[in-house]
Amino acid sequence: MTAMQRVGFGSHYAVHLPAPDDFAFWRERARGLVQCDVPPDRVSWIEPGGTGDLFDPDGPSRGEKRLPAPPADPRPVRASQRFLTIARSAALHTDPARFGLLYRLLWRLQSNPRLMEDKADIEVRRLEELAKSVRRDAHKMHAFVRFREVAEEDGTPHFVAWFEPDHHIVRAEAGFFMRRFANMRWSILTPRGCIHWDGETMREGPPAQRSDAPGGDPVEDLWRSYYASIFNPARLKVGAMLSEMPKKYWKNLPEAELIPQLIAGAQAREARMVASGSLDRGERPSSLEGLGAAIHTCRNCPIGQLENRAVMGEGPLGAPLMIVGEQPGDQEDQAGRPFVGPAGQLLDDYLQAAGIDRSTAYVTNAVKHFKFTWKGKHRLHQSPGAKEIDTCRWWLEAERDLVKPRLVLALGASAARGLLGKTVSITKARGTPMHLEDGTELWVTAHPSYLLRLDGPAREEQARLFAGDLAAVKARLGELAG
Amino acid sequence: MVQQTLRQKLEILTDAAKYDASCASSGTAKKNSLGGKGVGSTEGMGICHAYAPDGRCISLLKILLTNHCIFDCHYCINRKSSNVARARFTPQEVVDLTLNFYRRNYIEGLFLSSGIVKSANHTMEQLVEVARILREEHDFRGYIHLKTIPEAEPEIIHQAGLYADRVSINVELPTTSGLTRLAPDKNAGQIEGAMGRTKARIVEAKDERKRFRHAPRFAPAGQSTQMIVGADDANDAAIIGKASRLYGDFGLRRVYYSAFSPIPDASAVLPLKRPPLLREHRLYQSDWLMRFYGFAPQEVADAAEADGNLPLDIDPKLAWALKFRESFPVDVNRAPKEMLLRVPGLGTKAVARILASRRHRTLRLDDVARLTVSVAKVRPFICTVDWRPTFLTDRADLRGLLVAKSQQLELF
Repeated sequence: MTAMQRVGFGSHYAVHLPAPDDFAFWRERARGLVQCDVPPDRVSWIEPGGTGDLFDPDGPSRGEKRLPAPPADPRPVRASQRFLTIARSAALHTDPARFGLLYRLLWRLQSNPRLMEDKADIEVRRLEELAKSVRRDAHKMHAFVRFREVAEEDGTPHFVAWFEPDHHIVRAEAGFFMRRFANMRWSILTPRGCIHWDGETMREGPPAQRSDAPGGDPVEDLWRSYYASIFNPARLKVGAMLSEMPKKYWKNLPEAELIPQLIAGAQAREARMVASGSLDRGERPSSLEGLGAAIHTCRNCPIGQLENRAVMGEGPLGAPLMIVGEQPGDQEDQAGRPFVGPAGQLLDDYLQAAGIDRSTAYVTNAVKHFKFTWKGKHRLHQSPGAKEIDTCRWWLEAERDLVKPRLVLALGASAARGLLGKTVSITKARGTPMHLEDGTELWVTAHPSYLLRLDGPAREEQARLFAGDLAAVKARLGELAG
Repeated sequence: MVQQTLRQKLEILTDAAKYDASCASSGTAKKNSLGGKGVGSTEGMGICHAYAPDGRCISLLKILLTNHCIFDCHYCINRKSSNVARARFTPQEVVDLTLNFYRRNYIEGLFLSSGIVKSANHTMEQLVEVARILREEHDFRGYIHLKTIPEAEPEIIHQAGLYADRVSINVELPTTSGLTRLAPDKNAGQIEGAMGRTKARIVEAKDERKRFRHAPRFAPAGQSTQMIVGADDANDAAIIGKASRLYGDFGLRRVYYSAFSPIPDASAVLPLKRPPLLREHRLYQSDWLMRFYGFAPQEVADAAEADGNLPLDIDPKLAWALKFRESFPVDVNRAPKEMLLRVPGLGTKAVARILASRRHRTLRLDDVARLTVSVAKVRPFICTVDWRPTFLTDRADLRGLLVAKSQQLELF
């Protein structure tokens, strides 16, 4: 018995499907056709409004015949469970050739029952691709349907969503939403048909338009706030977002309208960091010159935004001693050099007395910009806050990393905080060396401007302590060098 | 103080929660709201309802109950000494937010964590109260992930597991010395003790479910943890070792890695350099190698470079293959599954497809191309009937050929 005997040579059949997602109807017709031995190239599958198999050169017009009646003792048509599962999904695809493909595979399965295992087969692969994109579409529907609440006349809330699926999945996915929102009244409107659930029964409706759905919901403002706040601008990965949430979905997602501004904000932040030379504080300039250029653009704390200029440290690379003060003052700001004002002169005197050559030391400040308030025409010094010192610590560490001093001398509490990251008491900390994280020795003493503010015996006492500290540093430097 | 609006609180407490990496909602017991009074379902696979421009999935409403905290962990933006804006939700506010978001299909459920206020016990009770109201008063059947506080009484943590799908306790840092230095109020022994107890409860509850149909579930989606990468000096090999020990000892579902990201108002004790984000990605890849590709922790560590860190320019599987070239090329028509899984560019799905289809045909390179994402990546390491990578696996510049050219991100 051959196909030709039963259906006659050249017969062509066109099967009109009642709905584009009617797998059960396809299954029944396909079974009958296989039983009548109608080979795949003799069948066109036409969905509502479609023209059938576009790849059939003769078109469906050739044979709009009645389908043959199956023989009286039909042989069983077999298909693997795997085929059924995948075919059920693939049938929902919008590809007009899908039913033809399904039939070709069903046809081949009769002689090769394990065909579906041959993943390298082109048709098997195509079927799996179709099923995969339908599954993805369904998954995106679960994810991106957004209900908006409207109050019905009887006062009960009704949740309505507008969604645009790529494939014929609406009816198939109704169950998911029913199981999830079983006790809610909801409707999902789509251009491929609608589903309505009233808490007890599911109804289907004709295709809808976006204007049929409600225009907004007050809770969306909260949701947008959540979306904007959960975003971490330090790690922009637009590609990763786009691959999972392509732009085609954006128009129906209330939160998506924020995306352009969130990205622009994060990029502006990145650009500021690049401009400040710190590259998100990831990379430090590799030379003192580079550092000197970069600190001028630093606006990471409010001090950087005052009318002032950054003052870079000065001294040779590899200086054994690094002296750290608090911040540039009025005169340092004008000169662009550290420790040139009254406190600087006092420091010079004491250094000389202790036998330390300032030109061999690297002199800098914990904070690179001058913090002040205007008092008439004068700029009045203000102490930097802990936050500002901690922000500027990055620069100080960068300098220390380049200069690599053996010993660091912190003048005053601000300098000590800049180096240690925590506040220490000068009275307690002075006189004994401490160790920084990398092992470098840290000595702490008062700031010379402190001496300038004192008078009489108090000043004498402090001057003695200050000189003593410097002498100890000098001695220790000798030991370290030895 | 001016009364904060719900929206302001939401912004503050979301911002405070975003450094937690996990947002998973998968792998829990199946449930739905049919026959119940409320909303919610979980059907195995988690759903990402949105993606933020940082590429991360938004599946759960991830917030803190409060960001007030009596602890002073240096890496944490909510530590006592940080001067971030503080806010506090009432349990009812969290419940209402969760339900309002859930009904509109924005989320799969709630991931609730909290700063420590008053005491660990008090805080944990508040977290449990939120879950209780959701489950008992609103019959909520969506996903709940509760962060548990290891310092709290085991009894309260137990309550959490009865309401939540997943519980998690953060180990925070890969080394005990790092923890002592950066989280002075936390204790490694206490954290692992709590994880051990949670594991025991999960195993117990599973066993009871087998014998009694109505035995209560306990954290059906298991427990997970999070480690901060780059805040202390642990290298990748040490982190991988720690993770595999955690998987083994505590039956964890997941170990999350969070690249220490520069937080506003950072503590000065922290390193000033942030680790590259790619490092986090490489750690996740190595995690996958151990969980799905049959790599032993030591083998992943072998792929690391001399400093114990995984290379950033190539993935750990390729790094391993380049180091152990004598194992290649692999014959896709004959090699056992374990060896196919070692081929760079072949994922678990591609390997399954190869195994299935080679029973039906002798594979050619074209066939392999249809079964994989990129045959170019696979080619140097396999042979087929019509393909042998002559000399390719022996070339000294192979790495250069395989490393993707670095690309500048396009303006968006």
